[in-house]
Amino acid sequence: MCLAIPHKVIALKGANRALSLAGPVEVEIRTDLVPQIEVGDMVLVHAGFAIEKLLEEETEELEKLWEEIRELAGP
Amino acid sequence: MQALRPGDSRERIELLSKALHKLADRPIKVMEVCGTHTVSIFRQGLRALLPENCSLVSGPGCPVCVTSQGEIDAALSLAERENTIIATYGDMLRVPGTGTTLAEERSRGADVRVVTSADQALSLALNDRTRSVVFLAVGFETTAPATASVVLDAWREGLHNFMVLGLHKSVPPALGTLASDTDMDLDAFLLPGHVSVITGLAAYRFLPERWEIACAVAGFEAEGIMTALVEVARQIRIKRPRVASLYSRAVRPEGNGAARDVMDRVFTLGDAPWRGLGVIPSSGYFLKKEFARFDAVERLGVTVKEVPPPAGCRCGDVLKGLIDPPSCDLFGRSCTPVHPVGPCMVSTEGSCAAYYRFQKRGCPAWKD
Repeated sequence: MCLAIPHKVIALKGANRALSLAGPVEVEIRTDLVPQIEVGDMVLVHAGFAIEKLLEEETEELEKLWEEIRELAGP
Repeated sequence: MQALRPGDSRERIELLSKALHKLADRPIKVMEVCGTHTVSIFRQGLRALLPENCSLVSGPGCPVCVTSQGEIDAALSLAERENTIIATYGDMLRVPGTGTTLAEERSRGADVRVVTSADQALSLALNDRTRSVVFLAVGFETTAPATASVVLDAWREGLHNFMVLGLHKSVPPALGTLASDTDMDLDAFLLPGHVSVITGLAAYRFLPERWEIACAVAGFEAEGIMTALVEVARQIRIKRPRVASLYSRAVRPEGNGAARDVMDRVFTLGDAPWRGLGVIPSSGYFLKKEFARFDAVERLGVTVKEVPPPAGCRCGDVLKGLIDPPSCDLFGRSCTPVHPVGPCMVSTEGSCAAYYRFQKRGCPAWKD
């Protein structure tokens, strides 16, 4: 039930809908929950509704954790 | 920084496994509370990568599975109504109520439609004003904002034929129930990725602060899950439990404010029954009084009674992480995906279904 899929937004439709691509499949999604949505955004879609924009970059927190992982895992 | 993380994902996973082996210097018990995590862990054969000391149990992460027997029966009672369309997410179709399922009722003539979006349920009502549509609103915080959005649509449209059977539940209170259970003795939670997109991280802070439980929000790829396990093992080792997020691509620390606003507009929190966990205070999302005409309980007199689960069914214990599915006497015998007794075997994200699908047939070894 928590399953959510990344979609690429290709067109906005009215106040609260958009056309998006999930792989090669074009779907209409509701955008009420991500009001700042723009064409070109990657969004997470759950049960027909975009729930958040996806960011490109990993954060510093993850990079720092990897320093430790390297150290722990050893040569 | 590039050099720290090898380019090859398989190499990264091996490093993560090694790190975890080093960190888990005493037995630790981690609970994952997301049905999608349960399936991901199996599908990617991750248990084979964990040290002996690290035990990973599945919790109440599947909203269909935690829907109580009484709630299921309330949904099924709608099938007897004339001129009514029941709109439901697919997972609910074969969940056994006391004596029947939605699928069986459909074969007897009830108008049960599977929808993949609350928006579709609303469309059914918009397109045929002569029939009542009741939407079975099951799901956690990931799904509840969609229901709230369409209730607002129905209100703006002045619809009289759209109703919701509100069965949405809130995850953080259930985690509190599990955290406070000394029998469970949990050291850490792998927090649900997409529920957290909505709630943000603050909703879970009481877990490390009050119960000293290490927490990490995990993504769904093998690497994301392994990284989250390393993170909680590390928190335990240095005795600094907190809520970390390893899924920052999607989870903002503050969560999704717009989604929470629409939920606050439409829902109020109340006590709700969870299969296996009992009634948990402030854990159910109910329609506010001003939206009573969209509430199937108010308008149709649907009642949720307390009903015992089927004899021998141990979904409740599975959902609490007390036993693993194969330990249930019915598992693989009278309870299989084809003939399920309880919801954990029906839902695509139920623990029993996951174990049956992946463990019974063996899971692919990572090294093959």
